[in-house]
Amino acid sequence: MLQVAYALIPGMLLYSWLFGWGVIINVLLATVTALATEALMLRLRQRPVKMFLTDGSALVTALLLGLALPPLAPWWLILLGTAFAIIFAKHIYGGLGFNPFNPAMVGYVMLLISFPLEMTSWPAPLSLSEAHLTLSQSLSYVFGGSLPTGIRLDALTMATPLDALRTELGLNKAMAEITASPIFGSMGGTGWEWISIAFLAGGLWLMYKNIISWHVPAAMLGSLALISLVFYFINPATYSSPLFHLFSGGAILGAFFIATDPVSGATTPRGRIYFGIGVGLLTYVIRSWGGYPDAVAFSILLMNMAAPTIDHYTRPQVFGHGGK
Amino acid sequence: MIRQLFKFKGGIHPPQHKAISTGQPIQAATLAKELVLPLHQHIGESAQPIVEVGDRVLKGQKIARAEGYVSASVHASSSGTVVAIEERPIPHPSGLSATCIIIDTDGEDRWIEHGPEATPYTEMPASHLRNLIRTSGIVGLGGAGFPSYIKLNPAGTEIDTLILNGVECEPYISCDDMLMRERPEQVIAGAKVMRHALQAKQTLIAIEDNKPEAYAALLKTCQDEVGIEVVQVPTLYPQGSEKQLIKVLTDKEVPSNGLPLQVGIVVHNVGTAAAIHNAIDLGKPLTSRIVTITGDGVAEPCNLEVPLGTPMQHLLDQCGGLRNDVDRIIMGGPMMGFAMHSIDIPVIKTTNCILAATKDNVTPPSDIMPCIRCGACADVCPVELLPQQLQWFARAKEFDRAQEYNLFDCIECGCCSYVCPSNIPLVHYYRYAKTEIWAQEREKEKADQARQRHEFRQSRIEREAAEKAARLAKKKAAAQGGGSAKQAAIQAAMARAKAKKQAQGSEPKNTDDLSESQQQQVNKADEMRAKAQQIAESRRAQAQAAMTGNTDSDNHAAKDEKK
Repeated sequence: MLQVAYALIPGMLLYSWLFGWGVIINVLLATVTALATEALMLRLRQRPVKMFLTDGSALVTALLLGLALPPLAPWWLILLGTAFAIIFAKHIYGGLGFNPFNPAMVGYVMLLISFPLEMTSWPAPLSLSEAHLTLSQSLSYVFGGSLPTGIRLDALTMATPLDALRTELGLNKAMAEITASPIFGSMGGTGWEWISIAFLAGGLWLMYKNIISWHVPAAMLGSLALISLVFYFINPATYSSPLFHLFSGGAILGAFFIATDPVSGATTPRGRIYFGIGVGLLTYVIRSWGGYPDAVAFSILLMNMAAPTIDHYTRPQVFGHGGK
Repeated sequence: MIRQLFKFKGGIHPPQHKAISTGQPIQAATLAKELVLPLHQHIGESAQPIVEVGDRVLKGQKIARAEGYVSASVHASSSGTVVAIEERPIPHPSGLSATCIIIDTDGEDRWIEHGPEATPYTEMPASHLRNLIRTSGIVGLGGAGFPSYIKLNPAGTEIDTLILNGVECEPYISCDDMLMRERPEQVIAGAKVMRHALQAKQTLIAIEDNKPEAYAALLKTCQDEVGIEVVQVPTLYPQGSEKQLIKVLTDKEVPSNGLPLQVGIVVHNVGTAAAIHNAIDLGKPLTSRIVTITGDGVAEPCNLEVPLGTPMQHLLDQCGGLRNDVDRIIMGGPMMGFAMHSIDIPVIKTTNCILAATKDNVTPPSDIMPCIRCGACADVCPVELLPQQLQWFARAKEFDRAQEYNLFDCIECGCCSYVCPSNIPLVHYYRYAKTEIWAQEREKEKADQARQRHEFRQSRIEREAAEKAARLAKKKAAAQGGGSAKQAAIQAAMARAKAKKQAQGSEPKNTDDLSESQQQQVNKADEMRAKAQQIAESRRAQAQAAMTGNTDSDNHAAKDEKK
């Protein structure tokens, strides 16, 4: 699991480079909270603390959640989400290996539903932002909520491409008009597309190292690309391109790092493909017609629910039963 | 022509460690002072001793005969005196003891008179040939120990392929490798005997490509043979498993629960072939086998030709003794072998390897983490099971579900445990589940038997009581009437008895004309019947509620049966 953490590093650094210190602060805050909560829970449950603390699972949950939350979010938001993920989504179910849902996504969705304001306030990419915060300024904003004089919050934040698309489509604007805005970049949004590529690289490395199998990422991204392609062909004025869907938001991160979580996902080879397809299709459906733009988190949780059933119906044929 | 090979799913490449023991040629083991020959060195019934304490025996003399169909004879592996027939620890995972014949060797190692039969095997009836192999005590030397003669009986099936298994896929073991390198002519000669017995159309000898010397030796030996082909297969554990090897060579899948015979194939180990050659062509029964003594825990690893019954301690001493850092002694390989409780245990027919493992040789039992359902186990399972699911079921004691997921197709090769990132000893869970299921089935069988016995007994009591009533009525009628009226009287009495019986339902209650002792008997019978019914009631309830333990009614019924 530590290798999963290593694979996240390039994306994390690039994210931070493009969006400022808030990313690093998020990740560090989440990590400290996750490890502390994990230790506390292990203590309470009378499990060997050191053995489980060093397995890397809490760290990966923290990294994923830290990356998924909006940078420059208030400290308590990170703390609450991470602690909730570790305590309720993981240990209440029996700890490592026993959680039916991906803890990071449970934490994320809980925050999204409970604190919509904080969870939808995203910083603009530094290249498009009017003001930049230094490390100490970022820290004082995260922990104290105070901005340096002369910098208004509006100058720092901006709707994410996915969010902007949804809002403006709702205002009956044409697709071409919307995507002309600088935040959309060339594929999935300025900044976001590069981060996605960095996560893609990390994911491919994991695949090369045999840490994850190709089934889930290929099925999820493939189905997402396919369904978006179909609708894009039908009506490019209201439906965005497959490239946009693949490289914006959390699609790549979700496909390689979250949907591949073995504990909460399907485990048979065939089952993993169905699981991936489910996540891909649901992501598209939620993005296009749902109430939240954060489709990846919801679709992974929904498919987590279906995983045991998928496993049951996709058992491989045992040697000597039928066959040749 | 290069034969087309196929693949089975899964499999692993554990480190080989075979070169440790292949450095020097096969040597003869020195003769131990005492040989311990268990009567049960094979699958099936134990052999029955035919010598007595004090008897002088010669090498190759039969000292215990095969008993029943699935069984094998035991022969003295050196000359000497039988000093005891008693329980001794045998090689078994649980350190069991079993009856052994103990021979005090005289050092002469004198053979009993022996030689090949006058008729060559090609002219013998197949049944006679098989009988010779049976009385020579030959069992599968690859490790399973199934009596070989049974596997040489085509039983009406047309045998397409005889496969000689020289795969030897387990790490560390090299006894088959060395045999094939040094005695290829024995293997080929044995193969020909087997081929004749089975009337097999083609014979394949399979060798993994990590044994090029053995491959070359066999290839050279059989270059002039027609219908025997030496096939090199890519190294992959557990390719030596019969069904997996058949898949690789022929693409045929032996049905679950089925035998290779069903797809027209028979598989024998190469060591078995050599033993059959010795028995048929030379008239020598199985008295020794090649054993790999290896592992970093032993000073001079090598392969020894060992007289059966030689204590392992003796062999380890011959190989320079054990080092201090020995962690455990394993019989078999690191994947499927089992740790021995002591080294004062004899080599038997199935002992292919004695592995003196240090901590570095075997994966140390590290911290076991929870299963994260990563599926690595399913990727390597050669039977395409879902090992982690089976593990969950075994842990939850959901044995029905485990069986539904084909637990009994598991060959316990250990690939899943080998790759598990959480170090879960998966195979232990399957063994546990299998044992539990067997125990449950035995309990159920026992309960069924007890119930049947009880029901039979009850009907017998009823029948006897009815018969007695009829007899009494008849007697009475005979006393009243007589002479020519006798017949009529009997008829009448029988009719009366029948009517009475009907009137009283099935309860045979004869209260008329009973002597005191008869009355007592009837009362006693009634009492017992009432009790029996009560027990039957509870028995049924218990049988429904999962059959546990040896219950009172069970004992009771058994006791009654003895009366």
